[in-house]
Amino acid sequence: MSCFKACCLALLALVFSASATAVIETYEFSDATLEARYQLLSEELRCPKCQNQNIADSNAPISQDLRRLLHQQLETGATDDEVLEFMVARYGEFVRYRPPFNAVTAVLWLAPVILLLAGAAGILLLLRGRRQESAALTADDQAQLTALLKTQEKNV
Amino acid sequence: MAPRLKLFLPLLLFVVLAGFLYRGLSLDPMNLPSALIDRPLPDFTLTALADGGVLRRADVIGEAALFNVWATWCISCRVEHPYLQQLAASGVPIFGINYKDEDDAARRWLSELGDPYRVNIVDKEGTLGVDLGVYGAPETYLVDAGGVIRYRHVGVVDERVWRDTLEPLWREVLGLEQAP
Repeated sequence: MSCFKACCLALLALVFSASATAVIETYEFSDATLEARYQLLSEELRCPKCQNQNIADSNAPISQDLRRLLHQQLETGATDDEVLEFMVARYGEFVRYRPPFNAVTAVLWLAPVILLLAGAAGILLLLRGRRQESAALTADDQAQLTALLKTQEKNV
Repeated sequence: MAPRLKLFLPLLLFVVLAGFLYRGLSLDPMNLPSALIDRPLPDFTLTALADGGVLRRADVIGEAALFNVWATWCISCRVEHPYLQQLAASGVPIFGINYKDEDDAARRWLSELGDPYRVNIVDKEGTLGVDLGVYGAPETYLVDAGGVIRYRHVGVVDERVWRDTLEPLWREVLGLEQAP
């Protein structure tokens, strides 16, 4: 039994050691709101090296640097806008997952809306065309159809 | 639209999509535009690799030069090293930024492989790197005589890169005529 316990403990230790190495360094914050802002900003900032990861998720050296800078700046009282400005001045709009709307990023922001509207317009046109096709059978055609059906009934 | 022409719509869509995808084949997503083009080289106070003396921004500007970000842990830096030596020998001033590296290893590298650099700025913490927007080595910056960054190349500088992109800019910065 004691052997079983020891084995369990060893396995448990293994599980925790794995998660311990996976944890990215932690920072001490003087204020809980700073920590919340740190979380938000590190999720919005994009790692320039390992694209499509934010700096909170990435373990690249550059992300470690940017997290350290982010922590430093928040502790020295920088506002969110100042932090983002600092990063954008060095790494360009690329570092932001939500870049501001301007002439360069207009396509990025508007393309989904335009594509959605185009798709909706396409579906509307398709539906209207179909309705007209079915509606085209009425009036004279309908009279002809009933006449045909009557003659057929007589024949039978 | 005539019903006949409507049949060609899927083909048209495919052609447009294929056009975009074909363009995508020749795009390099790692090649990010630098935010520092036409901006002054950032200020810094760091040490020189050779003697540990203080180096400031004013010490390295004044003539057009290349600033090469390198490190001994960077494999591609070893690849471009011989070409940098060739460039330095042909008279192009190159300053080194030894990025997040060990001083001893860096000095050993230079004594073993040769030293194409005017002087090496030790950027152990990567602070100058962050100010320059460096996200990996090697990167090479073309800085003019006024200390303004004119171009940033990410990756290895080899003969083709020099001939096709850097040299024309270099001549422009020096005020020389374009090569025939």
